[in-house]
Amino acid sequence: MNKPVLADLEKGQQIGSRELSFSRADLLRYAAASGDHNPIHWNDRFAREVGLDGVIAHGMLTMGSAVGLVSDWAGDPGAVVDYQARFTKPVPVPDVQTGSPESPTARLLITGKIGAVDAEERRVRIDLTVEMLQPAAEAQGQSPTEEPDQEPTRTKVLAKSQAVVLL
Amino acid sequence: MINPDRQGHQYPPAAPYQVSREAIREFAQAVKASHPAHHELEAAQALGHRDLVAPPSFAVIIAQRAEAAVVNDAEAGIDFSRVVHAEERFTHQHPILAGDTLAAQVTLERIRSMGAGAMVTTRVEISAADGEPRATVTSSLLVRTEEDPA
Repeated sequence: MNKPVLADLEKGQQIGSRELSFSRADLLRYAAASGDHNPIHWNDRFAREVGLDGVIAHGMLTMGSAVGLVSDWAGDPGAVVDYQARFTKPVPVPDVQTGSPESPTARLLITGKIGAVDAEERRVRIDLTVEMLQPAAEAQGQSPTEEPDQEPTRTKVLAKSQAVVLL
Repeated sequence: MINPDRQGHQYPPAAPYQVSREAIREFAQAVKASHPAHHELEAAQALGHRDLVAPPSFAVIIAQRAEAAVVNDAEAGIDFSRVVHAEERFTHQHPILAGDTLAAQVTLERIRSMGAGAMVTTRVEISAADGEPRATVTSSLLVRTEEDPA
């Protein structure tokens, strides 16, 4: 895998983007792998009782998945020496209406750009933008089937999402 | 009632955590991290690592085990039944690798009152068996404190 060359990098350059999707089965897998079994991530009734509209993704699932873009760009996940984020908006993962619980019901768009280059310390800061994509009608609480051709609405779900790569 | 005097309190270390290859693979799959260094020994070693490399947020597993000491601390008086995760930060002094046995110690770094709640920040220092620091995990939770006045 090609590693980025420090001398070629400058602030503002894009490192790429990727789309991620989450299903209820993904939340179950994250709960099992992480040990975070908070029922707001798998039980709709409980989630509503604590004031949510329903089950939401673990913030750490969103954060942990978004950084894959940086690991792959760096060519070595061990080169990611610092990673932080603020959780600004929940990511609802509703139960799929029919069929397999593996069917995704939430979509995220991850984009990364170079926020700072420290040539002396060989450290590059990547600023990630993590947005939830929803059909425009659904974001307004309407049935998603009404106007299927509209551009999806984008909602930022993480803020100050920054990863530092040591090259 | 939240006890602000508990700010700065350092808790005894959590039980050591042994990092297995399977735990790294399972966590990497859960966060959709397909980089081969999480999954194949040869790929990790080709990058100069002794063993499989944990994804950058893997340390949350170890941190949350240590943070349980704060959750269970009656003297801190924090009701964790309704919390919102606000911020998280991982600083790696060295990548976490399969085969590591890691110790973790949590400090209740900060309690800041915010309206009807408080922002509680914990810091977990993770170190290898030989005492070498591996990672620092800082976590901020927004805690709703009092019952409704009605």
